Amino acid sequence: MGTPRQLGGRARVKNALGGGPSGTIGKNWNRLPRRVRRFLPLVIIVLLAVLYPSITDTLRGLAVIGDFFPQVSSMVIILVFTMMAVGLNIVVGYAGLLDLGYVAFYAAGAYMSGWFASGQFEQVSFHLGSVGIAPEATGIHVSLWLVLIMAGVFTAFIGILIGLPTLRLRGDYLAIVTLGFGEIIPQFVRNGDNIRGFDLTHGTFGINPIDSPGFGEGLNGSLGLPLSFQSSFDREKLFYFTILALLLITVFCSVRLRDSRLGRAWIAIREDETAAAAMGIPLMQTKTWSYALGAFFGGIAGAFYASFKSGAFPSEFFFNISVFLLCMVILGGMGSVWGVIAGGVVLGWLNIEGLAVIGDRFNDAAGTNIEITKYQFGIYGLIIVLMMLFRPVGLIPEGRRRRELEEGVHDEPLYEARG
Amino acid sequence: MIGLFFVLLILLWLAVNFVKDPTEFFSVFLIGLTTGAVYGLVALGYTLVYGILQLINFAHGDVFALCGLFASTIILSLFDLSGESAAIVIVGGLAGALIIVMVFGSVLNATIEFLAYRRMRKAPRLAALITAIGMSFIVQNVGLAVYGVGFRSAPDLIPRSSAFSIGGVSYGWNKLAIVLITIPVLVGLTYLVTSTRQGKAMRATAQDPDAAAMMGIDVNRTISFTFVLAGALAGAAGLLFLLQFNMRYDTGFELGLIAFTAAVLGGIGNLSGAVLGALLIGFIQAFNEGLTWNAPGSDWTRSIVFGILIAILVFRPEGLLGERTPEGA
Repeated sequence: MGTPRQLGGRARVKNALGGGPSGTIGKNWNRLPRRVRRFLPLVIIVLLAVLYPSITDTLRGLAVIGDFFPQVSSMVIILVFTMMAVGLNIVVGYAGLLDLGYVAFYAAGAYMSGWFASGQFEQVSFHLGSVGIAPEATGIHVSLWLVLIMAGVFTAFIGILIGLPTLRLRGDYLAIVTLGFGEIIPQFVRNGDNIRGFDLTHGTFGINPIDSPGFGEGLNGSLGLPLSFQSSFDREKLFYFTILALLLITVFCSVRLRDSRLGRAWIAIREDETAAAAMGIPLMQTKTWSYALGAFFGGIAGAFYASFKSGAFPSEFFFNISVFLLCMVILGGMGSVWGVIAGGVVLGWLNIEGLAVIGDRFNDAAGTNIEITKYQFGIYGLIIVLMMLFRPVGLIPEGRRRRELEEGVHDEPLYEARG
Repeated sequence: MIGLFFVLLILLWLAVNFVKDPTEFFSVFLIGLTTGAVYGLVALGYTLVYGILQLINFAHGDVFALCGLFASTIILSLFDLSGESAAIVIVGGLAGALIIVMVFGSVLNATIEFLAYRRMRKAPRLAALITAIGMSFIVQNVGLAVYGVGFRSAPDLIPRSSAFSIGGVSYGWNKLAIVLITIPVLVGLTYLVTSTRQGKAMRATAQDPDAAAMMGIDVNRTISFTFVLAGALAGAAGLLFLLQFNMRYDTGFELGLIAFTAAVLGGIGNLSGAVLGALLIGFIQAFNEGLTWNAPGSDWTRSIVFGILIAILVFRPEGLLGERTPEGA
């Protein structure tokens, strides 16, 4: 009689409600301490990510599925875009402000690398902790670690500049204004090679080469850390571990922000602006913070990516990137950090390698000759529409957001009749 | 105050340009009129849909581009028109093409509404906007799949010979035809919205869908009709644009944003506002690209247009002719 009850009523009820995995594994899983349950999956994923470069060759050598594992250099790009998506999630997911111009922050970050870690300004010669650069080289060469922080701060500042006049606008107007800025900033860098005779951005050619990070002579000698990523034999692996670390920091900050006073204020604004204001949340200030912090991570990712590619080119900053990032956030689930990471990795992979591989497979199987990569943005558009129509909460939704969308507390006054 | 000062500065700049080279000024002015007319047709599509659904129909610009590409097929392959065809054939062919393309645009736009936007009626406004962005990419890629990456253009169907001239500058028939086609379309549209039963239903739905439904208006049908109308305008604009310029699958993105800016400038939801805004934007673009004395040039067109968009939204979101509403839009 009492057997099931002895097994733990709560776990059983939870299983019945669909709260956890079922079966014996599920039972044992639920017996684990809460802390372990919470952090074990995370630890496993991080371990896999750390080990990935050492097992890439093995995985890629596998029959049939080998092609589906991206190269380490592709992984760097995937993680860069994932980091941007996590940054964008702060604005779109937490605060509920639709930003269609996130590419502007990416561009700002990339050009910070271009200005402070390359030979762009040949009138001066300034070196500060840079590695792998001849001491007599002209231009500003600041250590890239410092540039990353500078880029974050600069981009956050731009976010505030854009935000201050525009954040009082209603949702869809704000989206269009951010789109406008997202178009103006790339055009500015494209045309910025002759501002009263001063070459600020080197026009359509972009700025290259850009310095790479490194630890310099001292740390190389004492700790064996790499001198400069660029000259290292393991260049791609080094960049990979760096972006992995940056992504982890971003995710950590993002989660902590969400649970902070500020994060709760964002969510309150997202759910009901008027009620939030009535509770004493300063709307403008809170929204501006979301802009600044979202931009901060985008700037760092942009600066890092410019260093990885060793260049900042204006042709890369266009509206489609903003939509691509937005698609990552929507696919994963607005507001859900884990969802956005999953969405970012999946779409990033599709963008870099996945679509080409799938397209080749499809063409081989069906005997057709369709260039599927040509239609990548159409595919992202399709994903966006399908997600919005059939699963607006995303693949891995955040519980709170789901309740919002299901109950429809968002954006509409309660008293309005619905027909 | 600052705005006024800025406008005065621009007027001064125009005056100096006019005095320096009147011929150039007039020719640029006429170019602006022509592009403004095409922008107007597209801007009306944005403003109609926004008026009734409060949705920025992002896909509208791409519907326009797809219509233009479709028009190139009609003109070149179906009717096989060329500059040497007899005048009566050209006029008849163009009229036929115009009707076919307008129907195509209507069907396309109504299909988009039926498949995607109709299900978003009760969703948050931003969800609908995001759907529209996705739709825009899909329509663009349909154009890419069917027509490839190359530019399409139409042969010189309407002679470039002078129709009339101001200040020593002649205005070609090919440009005049665009304005001549635009005006009746606008008059017809205004009549439809202000004086017919269907137009009344549209205005009622725009004001309050629930109350309109209670008064026996079929709200869904009215919204579909609005999309049909907007699609027809996009179709007409696509054909007219094709007669003047090259276009390809992604032409609609930028032009759509410019047209949207025009609609916002005039006061979104306001029909005459959209046309006024479009003409202004057409002139601004033409003056910027065409005048020689201290003009920023075509490199900066996009920045200027978006700068106007931002300034209008921030300082006067109701636009030039719009009315202030409690929501501030």
